[in-house]
Amino acid sequence: MAERQLLSGNEACALGALKAGVRFFAGYPITPSTEIAEFMARELPKVGGFFLQMEDEIASINAVIGARAGGLKAMTATSGPGFSLMQEGIGYACMAEVPCLIVNVQRGGPATGLPTKPAQGDVMQARWGTHGDHPSVVLYPDSVAESFFLTVKALNLSEYLRMPVILLMDEIVGHMREVVEISEEVEIYSPKKKKKPKEEYLHYDEDNNYDAEFAHFGEGYKIHISGLTHRPDGFPTNNPEIIAWKMERLKRKVEDNLSLFWGWDMEYLDLGSEVCLVAYGAAARAAREAKVIYEKERKKPIGFLRFRVIWPFPAKRVSLLLRSALKIVVVEMNQGQLGGEVERAVNPDIPVISVNRVDGEMITPEEILDVL
Amino acid sequence: MKEAVFNYLRLDGRFPHILCAGCGIGTIMKAMVYAFSDLNLPNERICVVSGIGCSSRVPGYLDCDTFHTLHGRAIPCAIGVKLAQPEMKVIVMGGDGDILAIGLSHFIHAARRNIDLTCIIVNNFNYGMTGGQVSPTTPQGSLTLTTPYKNPEREFNILEISKAAGAVFFARSTTYHAQHLKEMIKKAIEKKGFSVVEVISQCPTFFGRVNRIGDGVKMLEYFKEKSVEVKTLPVASRGEKEEKFPEGKIVIGVLYETSAEEFLESYQKNVQGEYEGRG
Ligand SMILES: Cc1ncc(C[n+]2csc(CCOP(=O)(O)OP(=O)(O)O)c2C)c(N)n1
Ligand code: SF4
Repeated sequence: MAERQLLSGNEACALGALKAGVRFFAGYPITPSTEIAEFMARELPKVGGFFLQMEDEIASINAVIGARAGGLKAMTATSGPGFSLMQEGIGYACMAEVPCLIVNVQRGGPATGLPTKPAQGDVMQARWGTHGDHPSVVLYPDSVAESFFLTVKALNLSEYLRMPVILLMDEIVGHMREVVEISEEVEIYSPKKKKKPKEEYLHYDEDNNYDAEFAHFGEGYKIHISGLTHRPDGFPTNNPEIIAWKMERLKRKVEDNLSLFWGWDMEYLDLGSEVCLVAYGAAARAAREAKVIYEKERKKPIGFLRFRVIWPFPAKRVSLLLRSALKIVVVEMNQGQLGGEVERAVNPDIPVISVNRVDGEMITPEEILDVL
Repeated sequence: MKEAVFNYLRLDGRFPHILCAGCGIGTIMKAMVYAFSDLNLPNERICVVSGIGCSSRVPGYLDCDTFHTLHGRAIPCAIGVKLAQPEMKVIVMGGDGDILAIGLSHFIHAARRNIDLTCIIVNNFNYGMTGGQVSPTTPQGSLTLTTPYKNPEREFNILEISKAAGAVFFARSTTYHAQHLKEMIKKAIEKKGFSVVEVISQCPTFFGRVNRIGDGVKMLEYFKEKSVEVKTLPVASRGEKEEKFPEGKIVIGVLYETSAEEFLESYQKNVQGEYEGRG
């Protein structure tokens, strides 16, 4: 059964999280993400969950990590400045392999930047914000409906991969209202049941990486969770072999599972065309409109490629999909953060042109048409 | 016969520990496990959460759920654990730098929320793990590696901060008073709400050496000599004047206790009230 509702992207995200089983939210108010917290403050207690407004974003991400380590599915939502404050915690969640969802409804930056204006400036921060080498998984909706679906996806991926997953949103999508079909029930991934006896259980066992049977506090497994590089039992080590094993393990959990993303991580149309538009999030809405106008005026198709997953960046498939283009136009509301990845992925002979806007205003279809 | 306290230590290859010879932190660990044993706490019901520092290494040796988090972040992590597992005894353990410098805001807000945690603060007057730098509890006028001309700053009074922020229990002890320390920890664990135990501890490797107090034993003698149990003080002068280490007295014992509604209780009450109100 599906229900039609008029929702904002922020509300759809919160609703998706609730349906996907989130029972703990800790956050600190920041525009343009605050409606997610407000929704959770209202709804979580009704299902026996907890909402906490913490003293800052550092406390928020750490409380989220603690709650998930204690067995509750947990998330936080913020915007650029708060996201920066959370970076150390996000790294901890990677290292300690604690699943959680971090939503960043972006605003213009750097610094306090543009509180109520859209920007896509945190693409690289979402990839490399925290210190150390680790993969990241970042989903990016372009509509209210997708804010719902990708939130559910993000939570499931996070649980499956045992790592933090980031949902990057645009202010435009967060605050825009659309009528969406919300299904009563969503598919929820839950960690596997533990088969091993408690004495033999290792929290970071070889077969306990992704799709794992990991324990949480309070189950009697007496686990040790640490941000220090650790052995399979969770205790710190300086042994180069084990350090390499751990780093490889973190990398592998995403690399082994790239097929999880196939079929839904990109949307593409008419990619055999000479010119191809590449975009994501709110900017993709302008690019889609530009495609419609272009085809009406010039009577020929134009390619369109949109990312729903920006990290891991699907470089190989992008290169295949865009191999016959004569010109690629990357549209984004930053100074070219994902454009660089596209450029690295495609044949160096294909010119990659960027349409960027960083003045807090939405890119218009006309600006895109100007370069076509 | 195996002592009951061994039931709370991870004896399967975790020892020897990494602490320096003569350090006070081992004594505190011992007092903790004796407190668990006296209270008959099942291992499965204890979660010890720490940040980063020498003191924060203790959980790794304890046979229960243990959580070694980021520098300063033990308290918010512990809040998450406590709400996810309200039946567990969640104990935060950390250094004065961890809890009162980088983690201070979490500390006072957890006290304000009166969430049911026990917070054991190891006050060794400096940052041990990073090599003996100044900390918020370094007495004014003492030497550390980052205050080579003597610390110009005044030190924190942890009791006053705890009280002002809303903690419901505050006790102080020292590593010399092992038995007393155990009793303070037990009382704190049994107290519902945010309880704090400050433990004056020796860091002979840095604070003791740099300030020429001497080795671990010398520092313990110092604590013995300087300490006075609050109960032995005339009522009128209790809490009136906190003389400070290293010149004055160290007042030990339960220095403050009150009661207030615990966070989870009031959260549940409010939520249920809302539903009943709506019918
Ligand atoms: C964000 C961050 N800053 C700094 C450090 C380095 N650091 C590690 S332990 C420590 C202080 C330890 O002192 P204290 O908390 O008093 O504990 P002790 O070692 O004395 O027991 C510092 C500054 C860190 N790990 N993380
Ligand atoms: S440096 Fe100081 S606090 Fe750390 S273990 Fe050594 S003596 Fe103890």
